[in-house]
Amino acid sequence: MNTLDSGQHLVRGATPVQAGRFPRLLPERFGGEPASLEEHVTRYGQLPRGGEAGAAGRDAPVVVANGTEGEPASAKDKVLLACAPHLVLDGAVLAADMLGARQAIVVVHDAVREVVDSAAAERRRARLDRVKVKVMTGADRFVGGEASALVNWVAHGIPLPTATPPRVSECGLLSRPTLVQNVETLAHLALIARWGARWFRSLGTTAEPGSMLVTVIGAVRQPGVREIEIGTPVNEVLGLAGGPAAPLGALLIGGYFGTWADPAVAGPLPFSAEGLSAVGGSPGAGLVAALPADVCGLAETARVARYLADESAGQCGPCVFGLGSIAGALADLAAARRYEPGRLRRWMAQTEGRGACHHPDGAVRMVRSALAVFGAEIDRHAQGWCCGRRPPGVLPVPLRRSP
Amino acid sequence: MAVSAAAGSQGLWFLSRGSGLVLLALFSAVVVLGVATRTGSAPRRWPRFAVAELHRTLSLFAVALLVLHVVTAILDPFVTIGWAATVLPFASPYRTLAIGLGTLAVDLGGAVVVTSLARQRLGHRAWRAVHWLAYLAWPAAFLHSLTAGNDLGIWWVALIEVASAAAVATAVLARLFGRDREGPPTSGPGPRRPLADDPRLTPARPTASAS
Amino acid sequence: MTTGPRLRVNPIACDGRGLCAEVLPEMITLDDWGFPIICDAEVPPGLLDEAAEAVRLCPRLALRLDHGARAPAAPQPRGADQGQDHRLCPAAVPPDGMRSRYLRR
Repeated sequence: MNTLDSGQHLVRGATPVQAGRFPRLLPERFGGEPASLEEHVTRYGQLPRGGEAGAAGRDAPVVVANGTEGEPASAKDKVLLACAPHLVLDGAVLAADMLGARQAIVVVHDAVREVVDSAAAERRRARLDRVKVKVMTGADRFVGGEASALVNWVAHGIPLPTATPPRVSECGLLSRPTLVQNVETLAHLALIARWGARWFRSLGTTAEPGSMLVTVIGAVRQPGVREIEIGTPVNEVLGLAGGPAAPLGALLIGGYFGTWADPAVAGPLPFSAEGLSAVGGSPGAGLVAALPADVCGLAETARVARYLADESAGQCGPCVFGLGSIAGALADLAAARRYEPGRLRRWMAQTEGRGACHHPDGAVRMVRSALAVFGAEIDRHAQGWCCGRRPPGVLPVPLRRSP
Repeated sequence: MAVSAAAGSQGLWFLSRGSGLVLLALFSAVVVLGVATRTGSAPRRWPRFAVAELHRTLSLFAVALLVLHVVTAILDPFVTIGWAATVLPFASPYRTLAIGLGTLAVDLGGAVVVTSLARQRLGHRAWRAVHWLAYLAWPAAFLHSLTAGNDLGIWWVALIEVASAAAVATAVLARLFGRDREGPPTSGPGPRRPLADDPRLTPARPTASAS
Repeated sequence: MTTGPRLRVNPIACDGRGLCAEVLPEMITLDDWGFPIICDAEVPPGLLDEAAEAVRLCPRLALRLDHGARAPAAPQPRGADQGQDHRLCPAAVPPDGMRSRYLRR
């Protein structure tokens, strides 16, 4: 497999953003390969039941593009929107056309709002799209990126998940079937439409074709966002970011809902859903965080767990109290004060699957993997030792700016 | 004939006043139980569902007694209240204010009861909004009991009045100032101390015997 | 694929009042913070009355009985370190809870 330099595949497919010079997407371009488009969309989310028959009127579905990137360690959506906003807007418009929607709402992180605004304005001036495109800023909230929370934010300004049923794909924004898609997925859609499915499938694996964006942070020489072919070994992904800057203790793969892994075990694995399942992980939000060996993994986990507990929407008891208790127990463990494994296990079992959204599930998954991977460190802490020679801080846990 | 009629009407009047007093005690108990359901402050041994069910059962019993109280008062030939005054407040020519307060209590309490019976269909929010009216209905009933009857001179009547007022006042104060389970907090706790500041996270002090 | 009736709780509406667990301890237990853990098996015919009672009693109307609901997704396989399944199901012998003292069958 060829190693891609950053920005070759995805961004190469995008037209330079100059006023007045972007291709018009002709129906023939994607009319010939509808199966791959739908396949692609359905693989990453649920197709609204509004149907692609293009029902006009009240039941017309709505497309919501999710570029809020609530995950603090990830930067890929911001980079994508900053470098190729038209690609994302193309994708949103395409998805809307496919579903017979007349409106596409693109919710983006504050940092890239201006870029996307001006791109949308250019399109409006050129009267490029049949679909009405509206750009909004996302809430500064971790749970705000969840599908129902995003719809709630767009509709009512409240970035909190709602009870499902009904799912947003059945009854979402303005009670219409709503497709919520990540901006990267929509960008892929736009690429497939431009260059065809065969071009898209020329990279990646059979089950997961194409390329994806990953954010590499931590103990690497050149942290940042890279574009990789799906299936690239994790070691090569780290290599693209300049390689490890120090001996590594662990990798956090996927995001704050992802899994910790031993670098020796995860290193050779392909970065794909299938490949990472060998360590119980998945690409998730495309994050690879390299933890150096001289930072305590339990301390980092405790910081992230406290962040996730604080970022709970606060609507469901098991999430608020469960994550709070788990974060407290992890802080005790990290500080070598106290560790009661039975109690922690019970709390984790009582927390997952009992919220209205998957916030508690993701947090518990991350904590479980930490307890498995840092088993030796737990034993050391029990005896009063800690491997950490530097204070933790590899993983960002920002304090929320707004309430 | 006139004597028995007079005796009958006396009976109606006694029945009306008597049922009114019992109603006051009942209504107060219902309010106290309602607050107890909400704050979970019932005695430990009592399961919550029992408190909730007692609240419901007593309120339905109170409705039945209320019918007796109202009907006997209206049928009493010595005072003209009129059937309209059962639902229209301040429509009674006899002691307009006092009876009107009673009618107000019936209207408000009736709304509470009806919405509670239809709770499943109405949904929680609508039911709750109307249920707050109970805090208006009870004072109306209490003031009605003070002004519509002539019996405050009797010591046990006064006792019932005072005890009811005290019970409800205690319950309401407990609701306002007590620690009840409002459910999960809606936002996270205040600014947290980042773990990096915790001095215990630097390498733990090795024990003297560590090799 | 329809199946029998199942109990479902709306976790956002639920306030952890605990009335449901008092009335149906065979299928509902409270976690460490007072919130109900609902057994997701079908409600057996012998407990349908109690289940309907629990639904009626919930002060927040957070509990409901789904008739002909779809079976929930199979639980993820659990690793050895994940502890026993906490969801009580009717096969368990009902504990000598308050329900038997206060409700007559």
